[in-house]
Amino acid sequence: MATQVPVGEGLFTWPSDDPRLIGSRCLDCDNHMFPAQDDCPKCAGNSTEKVELKNQGTLWTWTIQGYPPKSPPYKGPSDPKTFEPYGVGYIELADQLKVESRLTISTKEELNIGMEMELVIVPLYTNDEGEEVMTFAFAPTA
Amino acid sequence: MASSDDVAIVGIGITSFARQPDKTGMDHGVDAVRKAVADANSSWEDMQFAFGGSAAAGAPDTMVSRLGLTGLQFINVANGCATGGSALFSAINSIKAGMYDVGIAVGFDKHEPGAFRVNTKSGGLGEWYGDVGMALTTQFFGMKLNRYMHDFGITEDTLGKVGEKAFRNGSMNENAWRRKPLSEAQVKESAMLSYPLTQYMFCSPGEGGVALVLCRADQAHKYNKNPIMLNAAMVRSRRFGSFEVFSQHLAPEWNAGPTVDTSKAAFEMAGMGPEDIDIAQLQDTEVGAEIMHMAENGFCEHGEQEHMIAMGETEITGRLPVNTDGGCLANGEPIGASGLRQVYENVLQLRGDAGNRQVPNDPKTAYTHVYGAPGISGVTILSR
Repeated sequence: MATQVPVGEGLFTWPSDDPRLIGSRCLDCDNHMFPAQDDCPKCAGNSTEKVELKNQGTLWTWTIQGYPPKSPPYKGPSDPKTFEPYGVGYIELADQLKVESRLTISTKEELNIGMEMELVIVPLYTNDEGEEVMTFAFAPTA
Repeated sequence: MASSDDVAIVGIGITSFARQPDKTGMDHGVDAVRKAVADANSSWEDMQFAFGGSAAAGAPDTMVSRLGLTGLQFINVANGCATGGSALFSAINSIKAGMYDVGIAVGFDKHEPGAFRVNTKSGGLGEWYGDVGMALTTQFFGMKLNRYMHDFGITEDTLGKVGEKAFRNGSMNENAWRRKPLSEAQVKESAMLSYPLTQYMFCSPGEGGVALVLCRADQAHKYNKNPIMLNAAMVRSRRFGSFEVFSQHLAPEWNAGPTVDTSKAAFEMAGMGPEDIDIAQLQDTEVGAEIMHMAENGFCEHGEQEHMIAMGETEITGRLPVNTDGGCLANGEPIGASGLRQVYENVLQLRGDAGNRQVPNDPKTAYTHVYGAPGISGVTILSR
């Protein structure tokens, strides 16, 4: 089995049997952010701590990427002949934030605002070193 | 009666926004300046200042080597989709401050075909964001609109009607890029790019140039017998809680976005309200943007667009004509020129010179609005 590496450092706990997105929380006003950052755009403070975000939420809005993105920057399969549309949405994590994420489903009949979703870590592409590059996504709650 | 700190537009120039393989972005800028100066019965040597904007076609101030090395103050402006609005804001205040009597604002661009290629680094985003396929402006427009349709009952038929109007108006504009009329059904049934938005519901990056000569209003008749007053030019950035292009997360709370703030500030500066406006050019990166921006700019309540558009109120012959030149949908979006194109169209309409697309309501006031990444908006208000 190929080695699995995350698409970006510090985005989610990995490797993990129960992965979570890593965000930050403002110690002054409780505002949550993803990815984690040191400064708070809500209160203009700069005292934050890293927090693991909730792994379940509801779909707030969504779209389906219907054409291959330009590459670069896109690293997933972008050959127009074999390109498969993919879903993107914002998932509302109660009392924290709405996180933008890829979705594991990409047919409009299966996507509904308000549906329950949960975090999964999925393969995106294989890099030049033969490693499987992993990213986060949300899937309908099992 | 015009006072010394009022500002008038006395010259306008535009180039064809059609794709022209042999023409550079800078060529568009130079041509637009020459046309605007001629329209002001003036010469390049008379221009005391210039503010120039281009996102992808070179440093605007280098055009002096072609227009003439007169030593004028030339400042380059780069502010995304609000580049034109920022140039106008700078020009209006240079005149109001008493620094200069007459000068020029110019914007031009030329982009490669297809959706904008996003540089995640200069946008302050992690490289991973582009890697995973989320650094696409088209996704934002689809997601904002999907939620808006859900909340306010806008239908796919209305999306199609806005596209049909844009291409019909564009077919009457000799400078537009896309001049072939398309039916509501053709718009709706074209390839689905980012649900609920299809191919013909989106504008494309394009090319073109626009220049405007501005002066102290009390000197306007030296240049043009039909001066148009620039009552307001405003630019605002986003506040906490708004939903913008490339938001990696959104706050639990909701803010209406920079368009609302910019619009209010511009109306205050002009001493007018939305009910006073006779014609509006609103950012239509895609059909839903035009619909949402009607409400964000104060021209209706959220959700009222469904009925207004069904009744034809935003047509050239309607109560509030919107995007009379075909907007971004028919003209494409050369970033540096796009906001100034809207102002050009409004000057033309207020002068009564818009030919076969002249609005018949004898307009006295006109409004422009742009919106873009990373959450900025620009608004102008003109009158005669």
